[in-house]
Amino acid sequence: MKAIVGLTALALMLMAVPASAEDPPHASCEVPAYLLTTESKLPKVAEAIKTDQKLDILVIGSRSATIGAPDGTGFPGRMEAALREKLPSVTVNVTLQLQVKKTAEDVAKEFDQLLAGKKPTLVIWQTGTVDAMRSVDPDDFRTAVDEGVAALQKTGAEVVLMNLQYSPRMETMITTTPYIDAMRVAAQDREVPLFDRFAIMHLWNETGRFDLFSAARGLEMAKRVHDCLGRSLATFVIDAAHLKPAEPGTQR
Amino acid sequence: MRGSDSSERYDMTSVTDQAAGASAGNAAKQGIPSAAVPSRTVPERSSAVPAAGSDRELRLDLFRGLALWLIFVDHLPPNIFTWLTIRNYGFSDATEIFIFISGYTAAFVYGRAMRDRGMVVATARILKRVWQIYVAHVFLFTIFLAEISYVATSFENPLYTEEMGILDFLKQPDVTIVQALLLKFRPVNMDVLPLYIVLMLFLPAIIWLMQRKPDLTLGLSVAIYAVVWQFDINLPAYPSGVWFFNPFAWQLLFVFGAWCALGGAKRMAPLLSSRITLAISIAYLIASFFITLTWHFPQLGHFVPRIVEQWMYPINKTDLDVLRFAHFLALAAVAVYFLPRGWAGLKSPWLRPAILCGQHSLEIFCIGVFLAFAGHFILAEYAGGPWIHFVISISGIVIMSAAAWVFSWYKRVAAKSGTDAKSADANADLAGGGS
Repeated sequence: MKAIVGLTALALMLMAVPASAEDPPHASCEVPAYLLTTESKLPKVAEAIKTDQKLDILVIGSRSATIGAPDGTGFPGRMEAALREKLPSVTVNVTLQLQVKKTAEDVAKEFDQLLAGKKPTLVIWQTGTVDAMRSVDPDDFRTAVDEGVAALQKTGAEVVLMNLQYSPRMETMITTTPYIDAMRVAAQDREVPLFDRFAIMHLWNETGRFDLFSAARGLEMAKRVHDCLGRSLATFVIDAAHLKPAEPGTQR
Repeated sequence: MRGSDSSERYDMTSVTDQAAGASAGNAAKQGIPSAAVPSRTVPERSSAVPAAGSDRELRLDLFRGLALWLIFVDHLPPNIFTWLTIRNYGFSDATEIFIFISGYTAAFVYGRAMRDRGMVVATARILKRVWQIYVAHVFLFTIFLAEISYVATSFENPLYTEEMGILDFLKQPDVTIVQALLLKFRPVNMDVLPLYIVLMLFLPAIIWLMQRKPDLTLGLSVAIYAVVWQFDINLPAYPSGVWFFNPFAWQLLFVFGAWCALGGAKRMAPLLSSRITLAISIAYLIASFFITLTWHFPQLGHFVPRIVEQWMYPINKTDLDVLRFAHFLALAAVAVYFLPRGWAGLKSPWLRPAILCGQHSLEIFCIGVFLAFAGHFILAEYAGGPWIHFVISISGIVIMSAAAWVFSWYKRVAAKSGTDAKSADANADLAGGGS
């Protein structure tokens, strides 16, 4: 058993080493490659990029999709910028629909309205925080996410789920694990990619990339964190769409 | 205990595996309460020579002490130490060990009291214990409030505006504090004591029935567990939701512990010494270890057949998932097999700190929760980083052990000077304790 344990720890440490070599643009964000890859695919996104040279993304998020600063500084705006940079020949549009103080179930009820008149190729649904804060029953939460994803898929959009923030200060107050697990399960069930924001931020805090404990009131760190989140998300989407770096129109 | 969820890391199953195991282990081997087992109680203790406790079941103390350490570590923000906790190696975690041992020792001590002094006296003693636990809980809540209020006024990182919303409860202290006194509002990490309070409240009835119809009692417990799963019964929490540890589900472990203490363990001995049981247990532990690995290394996930995933998830901690319970049983069975009752290692000075902690579980548990709060505070206010984490974890364990040593010393001294009868009562209470 000790050997297994030792090997596990070793493997973990190796994995925690940021994938700096292969991924220079993100070296500064220090996100290991395994957190930016997924087994679930986004064929329609790939199709839209290749054929239509156009990518419309709708982000449905809660308050933590923004940082209370001018537009474009939250991760949706940063993702848009990163995608445009990576896909210069593609028209990329990212819109954000904020759903403040609503549980996954509440938000899912609004989907029809949120998507009315829009035909996004991809919907990124960031959720879980409000449910965790209100201690919604994790089973109910999972069902709500599961059914919400199904409803989104029915509109023809592809879906990426994004989980909670890692918030060391709030750890004594908010129980996150059941909600993170529930989202993982829902993502597996519906075969949609899950962007593990929690794990990424957790790693940043652990490696010292960002000191998320910091009590700084300024926007500086929040901006940098969201910039990295946005860029990582862009990489994640491109990976899930299986666009090879060598393909025309893409560059890493 | 929520901390024990918080995040996940790997490591060192071995130690704690045995921990869980041994508890049941000794259960199995030691069997009958009255004669065979070292009571955690009276006369030996007051005889001043601690070694008189040679009779005393040290494995229970050891594993409860280890469980307390693990709970403390799990309550801290995740760090390298968190990898050492057993929840990263299988389904169950320190909570299961803790509740089982608590059920075992409580039934043992108060069961004896009930036989010797009758139902009324034993019940009164249990209620006194419940009161102590309740007071301890309220005390911890006060400390929590102090910390949170401080954070609320000093922390304004725009990154976490949304999460800060959770502190809105401070705006209505009238409701919050009353809900806390009613055990409905229980901030993170403060779920174990309320669970224990509820379990202890039912203890007189459990022991009374157990001494007459042990198997019927255990059967009833299983039936309640099944009904809870069928109908989703739980206690309400504030501001919404239900108790994180559903007492109606977790009672199964507690009652099972009591059943083992009152003779069940002895009857299970042949089963536990069988190689088939051992093989099944090990196979289950390995399977569960592998499943746990897939949580940390999602790449491994596709080795798990979809149908298994659908059947298995979610693994529900609130209602003590059957998979968790089975995992605990497997750990216990393996430990019973490999850790004999008179294991020489128990006398080792290296294990002494854990054993001492296990012998004063309520006090040490509370200190652990307090230290976890303090650790959070230090990390938040002064410095972060893995090294500080490491230092905090280590110092926490050292402080817990030192405190346990002081308690033991004081108890010995007090026992010397007190009358026999008095100290006997006191000891029984402490023993039954084990938050």
